[in-house]
Amino acid sequence: MLSKRIIACLDVRDGSVVKGVNFEDLRNAGDPAALARRYNAEGIDELVILDVTATIEARRAIAATIRAVSSELFIPLAVGGGIRTGADAAAVIEAGADKVSLNTAALADPALITSLAELYGSQAVIVAIDAKRDGDRWIVFTRSGRDGTTREAGEWAREAEHRGAGEILLTSIDRDGTRTGFDCELTALVAGAVSIPVIASGGAGTFEHFHDVFTLGQADAALAASVFHYSEHAVAELKSYLAQRGLPIRSCSSPP
Amino acid sequence: MRIALIDYGAGNLTSVLKGFRAAGDEPGIPGAPADLAGCAGIVVPGVGHFAATSSIADAWRAAITRRVEAGVPFLGICLGMQWLFEGSEEAPGMAGLGLLAGRCARIEAERPLKVPHVGWNALDVRRHSPILDAIEDGTQVYFTHSFAGPVTPECCASTTHGQAFAAVVQRDNVAGVQFHPEKSGAAGLRILRNFLAMTRS
Repeated sequence: MLSKRIIACLDVRDGSVVKGVNFEDLRNAGDPAALARRYNAEGIDELVILDVTATIEARRAIAATIRAVSSELFIPLAVGGGIRTGADAAAVIEAGADKVSLNTAALADPALITSLAELYGSQAVIVAIDAKRDGDRWIVFTRSGRDGTTREAGEWAREAEHRGAGEILLTSIDRDGTRTGFDCELTALVAGAVSIPVIASGGAGTFEHFHDVFTLGQADAALAASVFHYSEHAVAELKSYLAQRGLPIRSCSSPP
Repeated sequence: MRIALIDYGAGNLTSVLKGFRAAGDEPGIPGAPADLAGCAGIVVPGVGHFAATSSIADAWRAAITRRVEAGVPFLGICLGMQWLFEGSEEAPGMAGLGLLAGRCARIEAERPLKVPHVGWNALDVRRHSPILDAIEDGTQVYFTHSFAGPVTPECCASTTHGQAFAAVVQRDNVAGVQFHPEKSGAAGLRILRNFLAMTRS
């Protein structure tokens, strides 16, 4: 049976992980490659590196980070943040990313989804949607939640799929950083609107929140950042918890 | 070059190259069919639409077939495995390499299951084969695809997503994996090492 994926997000700025990381036995707690190695050893199913910088110099740093991570970890690696053009996507894919995550650029130029899907395959193109509740609708925002649009989350997800996206990375702006749980209503709405996998993001605080978004929210994968930073074995413990509650989860036992 | 990695423009080869490096070899990318002479193994990767295999020109097909018939181990990954069959309903007018009987078809799965089939799923090992050496029944590997090959006598491991399909095939020196061994953690690297072992025996 297809497993529900647990994805760790590394927010990287100037070559370092931004959100508070406090593993005692990591020599450089801010080193994304060291953190990625740690998550991999715990059984993480996939990694997302989110580049939260914008300068040219920092872009070179992110390429070095991607190279470092992809040379030693053999699990899917997605990279997002600031990918505006085909050349931006090519740079991170050549560095070793398996998928690129488009957000603002996809809304500004939806044809970019199609051109990247034709070049690299749909499996390499994630469209990230940041949505905020407005009454009984969820409105799409861009530029890290600063600018509202006229689009609704479900309708934009359908268009993204139609244009060639292989997955949707759906973030609830209302829940992001609150640790009060994923927005299961929003996730179920988008999961029901598309036939491609939906990765839920924003609001993870407890193991139960993951269970809820996989069941009530019908998510195919769940992404979190800080929740994995609080305890050293959070990924392994989370997977064990979800497996005990009957969800299909990839076992963390070490392979041959 | 010892291992020839065929680049026909279907996706990027970076991850596959890195996987083989970690497994202990450095594949070369042949520029012309004649470069296959003397190679010890041929790998055809690829993602996306079956029609992409049409860019493997006839001269390449002939050279690959000649080497495979001479006993050189072949590994098809994802689309490269589908290409081993006679064809695919994804591009009905196009012939595959035809080394394996049967045609690839779209995965039939109903909600809540989704197609494409993306993520980690289990290998149901049906019989032992060199490509699966030391891989236990139930091992999870990473898939991303919408079409797949049928379960035939060449199938050594199947995977179920709505229906069972061929996840690993092997007949003599010809092997294929529907999943991405270069993205399947330690188990995936073991499968790449198994292929490299086939090229050394």
